[in-house]
Amino acid sequence: MKLEKKDILGMQDLSVDEINLILETAESFLEISTREIKKVPTLRGKTIINLFFEASTRTRTSFEIAGKRLSADTINISSSTSSVVKGETLIDTARNLEAMNPDVIVIRHSAAGAPHLLSSLVKQSIINAGDGAHEHPTQALLDMMTIKEKKGRISGLKIAIAGDIAHSRVARSNIYGLTKMGAEIVVAGPATMLPRNIEQMGVKVFNNLDDAITGADVVMMLRIQLERQKQSVFPSLREYSQHYCLNRHNIKLAKNDVIVMHPGPINRGVEISPDIADDPSCSVILNQVNNGVAVRMALLYLLIGGHE
Amino acid sequence: MKIILAGARLIDPTKKIDAQMDILLEEGKIAKINSALLKSTKSKDAGKVKVIELTGMIVTPGLIDMHTHLREPGFEYKETVASGCAAAVAGGFTSIACMPNTSPVNDNRSITEFIRRKALEADLANVYPIGAISVNSEGKQLTEFWDLKEAGVVGLSDDGNPVMDAALMRRALEYAYSLGLPVISHCEDKNLSGDGLINEGYYSTILGLNGIPSIAEEAMVARDIIIAEFTNTRVHIAHVSTAGSVRLIRDAKKRGLKITAETAPHYFTLTDEALQGYDTNLKVNPPLRSPQDVTAIKDGLTDGTIDVIACDHAPHGRTDKELEFEYAQNGISGLETSLGLSLNLIREKILSWPELIAKMSANPARILNLPKGALSEGSDADITVIDPHLKWTVDIKAFCSRGKNSPFSRRAMQGKAVMTIVGGEIKYAAPSLKL
Repeated sequence: MKLEKKDILGMQDLSVDEINLILETAESFLEISTREIKKVPTLRGKTIINLFFEASTRTRTSFEIAGKRLSADTINISSSTSSVVKGETLIDTARNLEAMNPDVIVIRHSAAGAPHLLSSLVKQSIINAGDGAHEHPTQALLDMMTIKEKKGRISGLKIAIAGDIAHSRVARSNIYGLTKMGAEIVVAGPATMLPRNIEQMGVKVFNNLDDAITGADVVMMLRIQLERQKQSVFPSLREYSQHYCLNRHNIKLAKNDVIVMHPGPINRGVEISPDIADDPSCSVILNQVNNGVAVRMALLYLLIGGHE
Repeated sequence: MKIILAGARLIDPTKKIDAQMDILLEEGKIAKINSALLKSTKSKDAGKVKVIELTGMIVTPGLIDMHTHLREPGFEYKETVASGCAAAVAGGFTSIACMPNTSPVNDNRSITEFIRRKALEADLANVYPIGAISVNSEGKQLTEFWDLKEAGVVGLSDDGNPVMDAALMRRALEYAYSLGLPVISHCEDKNLSGDGLINEGYYSTILGLNGIPSIAEEAMVARDIIIAEFTNTRVHIAHVSTAGSVRLIRDAKKRGLKITAETAPHYFTLTDEALQGYDTNLKVNPPLRSPQDVTAIKDGLTDGTIDVIACDHAPHGRTDKELEFEYAQNGISGLETSLGLSLNLIREKILSWPELIAKMSANPARILNLPKGALSEGSDADITVIDPHLKWTVDIKAFCSRGKNSPFSRRAMQGKAVMTIVGGEIKYAAPSLKL
């Protein structure tokens, strides 16, 4: 099996069949990471470049481990976009990288659409590892894999996504992916964090966290970015955490078997209380990280491996 | 050299003429307009008169673009006065007014004179500079309007750096009005537009691009209208893009205020839906809006709320556009596609031929006080010849403009300027026209 796609730019472009194929492939790869020798020769001789224009620890490490466990050669490039002539970095870097013949370029960039630009420039497969506030498809896929693992299904679940929806690529990718798979999505946050016409993406919208998580099977909390305070997106962390922090009390409104997710890194005590984040009976945050490696292995395999 | 333009349909909205007429051009002026000119001249002046047979063509007063960016001085790689003028005549424009956002900014006599000298050297289209409202367009201190006027500016604008200080705008409108200079306002509340990139709505949401809300434009349109009303002065609203702006201007005009307005072809041709794919050639300020806004713009054109169709010609180099969307510059190279796109309005029955021609010649001439935009015996022989049926495809490589940044690349068009005459001289003739 192979994905009939050159690139993975976003969940918007993936069909239900493609999502199922990726998730099933990822599930079959989970076992490799439990072996004593965590390596298979599947992508031996392939080259994967992780091109990160934005700081990242987990996602970059996850892609690197995924590539290495499939025996690909992985190269990490961290570049800053702070130079005066901004975008030239991307175009020139892309053309230079292309000339070195890698098989996949994984890109993270603070500018929405940067992977699309890269895709138009180079013949190699592009995987979007997060572009601005646009999409983060591998995060959504690992979230979907985790939900499926814990709940056995995605269809019919009520999933609440809470926090700064406006600036969240995780929220957008999950909304696309999860609604395609038949989940009911509600989003919650202060009005200043809900982007205009978000309801047209097929979600219900709440300003109150309690309303959003009532009866939820899954609650996904988003990281609050401190610099938004300066833009008056919210008045203070104190006020935000009083009303939008998932804690022992409000989680009772969700289903008894609710699972709690977070794309990380967590602001403990801001959007999620430490006792919830660390509670193994509901928190699946570390399962997400574990599944992240498997999902990225699956994507790499489906894009450039398994030709026969 | 005398020229007779023979057999064309002449449309001059200022004279309410829409009929087959012959025109005699002599020494840069229009000598005669007459339905049977060719017959009466033929015998005695044969050999001394160049007769151009234009049956099936439409002849109009030379088109005027009141919102062009010539990038000289400072950004010659994007456009020079000469290349911009070549683009103008290729697009059917005999006169253009150029915005002051050059480097240095056209905020003083020497830059104005430099631009005019470059235009004379180019010897293609008439170029009318627009001066800055404030020094370096910083919105702090007024420029020397009187001196600028004497140097030849026909209007004042801080263009893409809108005057955020309402008190300064008030003074600008008062002082400019006393000199008979129009103030052209790029309406954008910079606090509301913030770091926005495209229209705020569904598409900004799904594309993850920061939005520019329609109210960023409308708040400033409202402000400028009430300042003009209070001071009994006039203001011209540049590139109207939203339904709310159309409503505010319509209401102001109904109340008899001296408000005029323009829009640009992209605002009645494209919507923000086109931005999926992050094509930076669609990045423009104000941004492409919603289908409801497009409908309102068309209604505003039909009912006269919007007086002018202007190109907002904003040429850029590849290095300005081949970038991540948020780093790319705003603007569309529009002089060579404006007429073709505007002719769609006639087919869509939004405008009649005379109405369209008025919005592209007589109306901008009136707003900028130019002695242009009408065809009378004795007036300057600035004439545009349009082939209304010619089918062509936009080819950015063939643009005379250095700015190849057009989202209309490869678009099929019908109708084109095939000859542009400035001061009695043919400055552009399309290969399709057999002379």
